[in-house]
Amino acid sequence: MRHQLTRTATVLIAIASTLAATSCAAGSSTAVTSKGSGDANQTLTVGLAAEPASLDFTKTDGAAIPQVLLYNVYDGLVKLNNSGEITPDLATAWKVSTDRLTYTFDLVKDAKFSNGQTFSAEDAAFSINRVKTDWTISLKKSMDVVKEVKVVSPTQLQVTLSKPSNNWLYSMTSRVGAMFSKTGVANLATAPIGTGPYTLKNWNRGDSITLQRNDSYWGKKPFFQTVNFKYFKDPTALNNALLTGTINVIGTVQAPESLAQFTNNPKYDVIQGTSNGEVVLSFNNSKAPFTDKRVRQAVRYAIDHKALMDTCWAGRGTLIGSMVPPTDPWYEDLTGLYPYDLAKAKSLLQEAGKTGVTLRLRVPNLPYAVSCGQVVKSQLEQAGFKVQLDQLEFPAAWLTTVFTNADYDMSIISHVEPRDIGTVFGSPSYYTRYNNPAFQQALTAADQGTQAQQLVEMKKAARLLSEDAAADWLFLQPNLMVADKGITGLPKNAIAESFDLSPLARA
Amino acid sequence: MTLRLIERIAVLAASLAVSSILVFGFMSVLPGDPARVALGVNASDQSVASLRAEFGLDRPLVSQYFSWVGGLLRLHLGDSYISRAPIGPQIADRLQVTLWLVITSMVIAVLIAVPIGSLMAVWHRRISGLVLSAASQVGVAIPAFLAGILLITVFAVHLGWLPANGWTPPAQNPAMFLKQLALPALSLGLVQAAVLTRYVRSSVLDVLREDYMRTARAKGLRPMPALLRHGLRNASVPVVTVLGLQLATLLIGAVVVERVFVIPGLGSLLLDGVSSRDLNLVQDVVMFLVVAVLLVNFVVDLLYVVIDPRMRAGGR
Repeated sequence: MRHQLTRTATVLIAIASTLAATSCAAGSSTAVTSKGSGDANQTLTVGLAAEPASLDFTKTDGAAIPQVLLYNVYDGLVKLNNSGEITPDLATAWKVSTDRLTYTFDLVKDAKFSNGQTFSAEDAAFSINRVKTDWTISLKKSMDVVKEVKVVSPTQLQVTLSKPSNNWLYSMTSRVGAMFSKTGVANLATAPIGTGPYTLKNWNRGDSITLQRNDSYWGKKPFFQTVNFKYFKDPTALNNALLTGTINVIGTVQAPESLAQFTNNPKYDVIQGTSNGEVVLSFNNSKAPFTDKRVRQAVRYAIDHKALMDTCWAGRGTLIGSMVPPTDPWYEDLTGLYPYDLAKAKSLLQEAGKTGVTLRLRVPNLPYAVSCGQVVKSQLEQAGFKVQLDQLEFPAAWLTTVFTNADYDMSIISHVEPRDIGTVFGSPSYYTRYNNPAFQQALTAADQGTQAQQLVEMKKAARLLSEDAAADWLFLQPNLMVADKGITGLPKNAIAESFDLSPLARA
Repeated sequence: MTLRLIERIAVLAASLAVSSILVFGFMSVLPGDPARVALGVNASDQSVASLRAEFGLDRPLVSQYFSWVGGLLRLHLGDSYISRAPIGPQIADRLQVTLWLVITSMVIAVLIAVPIGSLMAVWHRRISGLVLSAASQVGVAIPAFLAGILLITVFAVHLGWLPANGWTPPAQNPAMFLKQLALPALSLGLVQAAVLTRYVRSSVLDVLREDYMRTARAKGLRPMPALLRHGLRNASVPVVTVLGLQLATLLIGAVVVERVFVIPGLGSLLLDGVSSRDLNLVQDVVMFLVVAVLLVNFVVDLLYVVIDPRMRAGGR
């Protein structure tokens, strides 16, 4: 009897401690099956890190879902090309009224959903209206500005906004603009139905998602007949899968220090460009000592960004001085505003009377945040700060502590959404707790103005943000991919939310 | 015998009840909000609150506990918070994968440990016995995931004999299935074999010192045949106990090895669930593992009686 109970206790302790140990590791799942059927030359297997939790991006957040489905399974009225321009998709052309309130879209005639229904303006109106009524993820608010959606004819749609908004058309290129069939939204979590060049063939949970070429696609047919997305939690397993031929492409390199094994190998191409992922050293702007601008400035002067990027991300990435990646039209190089200057950092800190102040740097347990956190700590300590570095399990613990409760002084997180300067710093209730009316006005003016005004106001906003030292920008994450030689069409810069398969081919 | 069985069943039921409370308690103190994780960083507080209500997370803990256990008793495992898919089929799906891994590595462990452990015992005064003993000591010290990484580096990346990772169901492509199973099963099996070898050795050593073994040798049997004919059955009682315990270790070791070899088994399901705070799913998987381990122990207890008729009298 006694040894039975001891044994039970042992088992429970073992399970509990495994859970405790693993709950410190972030993320979702992984795995591999055999390659899909069909002509081997027309099959592509892409290795990625994060698997979607569900296929329904109307109700589940996360970049992994649109990465696979947007532009591939779902079309929008408009899409982003590799240079970041808004180009036609299901809308062949569109006109904007002079008051910039009404958009008239001409739609393609012969697009069909994978459930056999023909795409019409009715479906487009249904999809846009459905964002307000049925979506739950936060991005739905980009449709708040829509006042009325009118079906003019089966191939013409008119959208009226309550105020002019440049951001609205841009957001139509993202998942919020995906077009659904009126009769095809019953089972979005497992059975997505779109008009795109691919359809979902199979989702092997914890393992892979297989897309198959849609042979009744209305546009130019893509090269690959079958595309497998395979998910690898472990960066080494992802690298090994390419080295042993299980996959053809590493979609996002998770460990840049491991790139050497591919750069020196003639069998592979390494692609490096920019992404939308700004690695932000965020400050809690509403809480002392960061309510004092001099302390924020001292932090920015105290960080040697080049050295930091070399140490914690193998020198791969781009230094940025504000919340704008170089692929946005209003990008300006602002890295000169706060050059590395230890003496200045020390004197600013002294002036503010905060020498020796303790900052809680609470980072998510993600590779870049953990390694950069250590560098930030040691650099700030040289300038006279004391830094307490905490690692929080991502996403759950970090979201609760830093994001929801703002119980932190500094954190490090990569904000990956395109054009997210307004989301991250525009609202005082966001976790950065940044409240600057001049900055908010510039954002509003940019959204409502002409394109020329938008450019001016966005530049102004980005500069204001940086001068005010609302945060520090450690670096911009690179778009790093490795592919078998001969795979063409992979984008240099990652701009859209989608891993767009249509330009890809094998030479 | 009947009394013993009733006693065992009562212990099993009590252990299950206590475990369910511990598992549930552990889940409810885990930091992080499933609804917040599901909705992502920019979700409004209202939508988080309404999702919490949809998940039933706003009810008192006691009522949550009883509706969970009530569901389990009716074999109704509920739906996952995140994927909204029923949990039962997901566990069944992943279990098929993990069982192959666990059973194969168990077989590997036994096939290696029983002959080598017996040899070590028979040769325990010779140099070769010492060498084997030292080798098994090294094996005990290596965790399975490290063995896995070493095996991948040598056999997959450098020699290219076997795939580095992945999983194919046996029905889909049996050859690929065996190739992909080989390395993970070996990394779990070798480490378990090292542990098991040491138990086999000491158990056989004990048996070798028994009077009936001396009698067997006196009759003229050589050491190995004597052991095979008279000793093994006696030596197997403690070894079976350890095997039962090892099954638990294997299930848990598989969690990590599945990650290293990118295998979609129960372990990856559990890890994903923990990370996305899919508490329903995690609770069910952990409870399933607990039930499996307790049942194995229960069966092992009954097995003693089969192996050793002396225990049938009820005394020990």
